[in-house]
Amino acid sequence: MTNDKMRWIWIDKFTEFTPKTSATAIKNVSLAEEHLHDLYPAFPIVPHSLIVEGMAQTAGILVGEARNFEEKVILAKVGRATFHRLVRPGETIAYSAKIEQLNESGASIAGTVTSGSDLVAEISLMFSHIDQNLAGLEFPEHNFVFTEQFTELLKTYRIESSVKI
Amino acid sequence: MTISREEIYDKVRAVLVDALGVDEGDVTPQAVVRDDLGAESIDFLDISFRLEKAFGIKIGKGEMMPENVATDPNFVQNGKITPAGIAELKKRMPHSDFSVFEKDPTVENMSKLFTVDAIVNYIEGKLKTA
Repeated sequence: MTNDKMRWIWIDKFTEFTPKTSATAIKNVSLAEEHLHDLYPAFPIVPHSLIVEGMAQTAGILVGEARNFEEKVILAKVGRATFHRLVRPGETIAYSAKIEQLNESGASIAGTVTSGSDLVAEISLMFSHIDQNLAGLEFPEHNFVFTEQFTELLKTYRIESSVKI
Repeated sequence: MTISREEIYDKVRAVLVDALGVDEGDVTPQAVVRDDLGAESIDFLDISFRLEKAFGIKIGKGEMMPENVATDPNFVQNGKITPAGIAELKKRMPHSDFSVFEKDPTVENMSKLFTVDAIVNYIEGKLKTA
């Protein structure tokens, strides 16, 4: 199984997408997800690391779209990840990402994760456009970051929002 | 309102503490950002973003630390920066102190040009022209 085929997607759909500015994606947490059961026996929760990954996917697509998916956008640094409470099955969590800075080298993002009116986490991330930063290192020509799994999410959002209008 | 050199230094120190997870006491004016504070390549983008935010400025690519001198065959011979290369670096890094580097101007030693003091000088210059 290649990386292109592996399902590694931790957001379900975008509910807001303002190019170069902000995006919000939601994730419905289901008891049927295997990984919820791995951390504590009989106490299923979403691992914090996967909440960071959900934010990275929401923000990464926002950063990628800002340059028409021409850059290979890599999560370079988690500047801050503060968790206020656990997330349990049956909840819908929302990842809101805002671009704070964006230039040819990369982007910095401020994000919040909420469940209803509760603040679940605050996460700051930094992304690198790797072809611009790691001079001398060679990466595959094709954009291995933005596989169809990710671009389809944005396509779906655009189709759904145009239908509503 | 102008900002004093001490205030710039304090903000730069806070940026480096946040970006690199070092102790305040480690951030001395002479500290070399890579060698003494442990910055890796990706940290420089982070530092640049944080400085932009802290001082409300824009930092162009390669402005604080030129990226293409070390890979230019006109400026590098046998792992050492040539006199022409040093002249080019001095032109592009007026904020850096070259006294240590010039004694042994290897490509490896280029990192020694990027000290905490160099960042403070750079920001001071940038704010003056803003």
